[in-house]
Amino acid sequence: MQPLTNRSQAVNRAPLTWWERIYLPAIIGGLSITLKHFFRKKPTINYPEKTRPFSPVFRGLHILNRDEQGRENCTACGLCAVACPAEAITMEAAERLPGEEHLYREEKYAARYEINMLRCIFCGLCEEACPKDAIYLSETFAPSDYQRKQFIYSKNDLLIPHPEKEPEAYKKALGNRAGKNEVK
Amino acid sequence: MFLSIDLIYILEKLILIVIIVSISMVVAMYTTLAERKVAAFIQDRRGPNRAGPFGLLQPLADGLKLFFKEEIIPMFSNKFLFVLGPGLAMLTALMTSAVIPWGSKLELFGREISLQIADINIGILYVFGVVSLGVYGIIVGSWSSNNKYSLMGGLRAASQIISYELALGISLIALLMVTGTLSLKEMVLQQQEGYWNIVYQPLGFFLFLVCTFAECNRTPFDLPEAENELIGGYHTEYSSMKLGFYLFAEYINMFISSAVMATLFFGGYDIPFLDESTLPVNVAGVLGIVALFLKIAFFLFLFIWVRWTIPRFRYDQLMGLGWKVLLPLALLNMFLTGAAILFFDK
Repeated sequence: MQPLTNRSQAVNRAPLTWWERIYLPAIIGGLSITLKHFFRKKPTINYPEKTRPFSPVFRGLHILNRDEQGRENCTACGLCAVACPAEAITMEAAERLPGEEHLYREEKYAARYEINMLRCIFCGLCEEACPKDAIYLSETFAPSDYQRKQFIYSKNDLLIPHPEKEPEAYKKALGNRAGKNEVK
Repeated sequence: MFLSIDLIYILEKLILIVIIVSISMVVAMYTTLAERKVAAFIQDRRGPNRAGPFGLLQPLADGLKLFFKEEIIPMFSNKFLFVLGPGLAMLTALMTSAVIPWGSKLELFGREISLQIADINIGILYVFGVVSLGVYGIIVGSWSSNNKYSLMGGLRAASQIISYELALGISLIALLMVTGTLSLKEMVLQQQEGYWNIVYQPLGFFLFLVCTFAECNRTPFDLPEAENELIGGYHTEYSSMKLGFYLFAEYINMFISSAVMATLFFGGYDIPFLDESTLPVNVAGVLGIVALFLKIAFFLFLFIWVRWTIPRFRYDQLMGLGWKVLLPLALLNMFLTGAAILFFDK
């Protein structure tokens, strides 16, 4: 048969020479190799203390956005749920009542908004579909859990912190995604 | 008639025993950490670094874990021997530390305290007697487990230690011909005045080193426990702290063997290129202890370094090496040493 690569070599079956049979040169060679590795820089990243730098297009956990006054952007139009190829998003719409203007930006809002993180494939199509800049994918990933039902993230888990009440947490959650797909 | 017994002398020795035994334990504990760290570094990993700074509390965590594990004694085992095994291994591992001179002497409370528990004139023979008893811990444990893999491990341990003790003993005889004494203290004093014994006995030291690896059941001679052929060998059936005792005894053996090698061939507590008699007694004593422990640390590192470099021997290769290579070399070394002593009339 024709060799597939040019790397094949005939096995050397010559008996060991005296120098090879005393093993010591080979052992010392091996020890020097392991010693070199001993002093080599370790590629491990100490995970909880240090994290890898994320790519700017990394798609992690979803965040439901608010505007500068802390009103929810989402109008429960359902475009994200339609766009979702994994059918992970469920929502229920409700009408804004008088006196709730400081909570919701428009007349309609999502009373219930759930994403099943076990179904989600983090494709980011919901983010692309959203006309209101209400949902985007952050730089964190879904933490592990003991129960499946814990992976159905409700609105409480997804909403970004209030920008006026908790400005620091808001900034942290926003990360460097701030205004990435701002409606112009 | 009164027997005048110096009570303070007994107290002093008792304190010394407690200190040395606890130091052996602590060093063995941290050798397990060093083993994991060095293994990790050699394999480009970081090793345990979660328990305490740099993982310094890891040995404590490991020990606690072993204590809390369920303890299983197999139904068809001989219970008395099964419990005796690890105890025996631990006892013999700790007993050897009695004759090693850990330092010259200290002057405390107006008394001169020798840093050696017992300066007996047959010191090195005592070490060998106890070390060869050490294999009983393994054999008793493996036999009483009533498990074929354990028994295989025990058999291997027995035949391996017998084979290598021969070469070990003969390489030592050549050293004894040079020093003319069996007392470890005197050997150190000789090396303090003259040169270290490694200068006279390079081949003897090398044979001694290889045989020590075999005696401690360390890779490449770890056939008694060969985890991938014998499922753990002699300690297959052991769990909880009884297993811990076996593993721990191995590290104590390594520590004591390193101390013996440093004492026999590398001047013990002697500091090279320094005349200790010019220093105050206590300073010289403390520096001597530090020097000895640095030498021991080097040998412990060597043990670990070799373990993570060299694969295990096949059993016939092990026997071939022991009987066909090391034993003739040891005999040759003894012959050459004798001839040199005759020729130079030393």
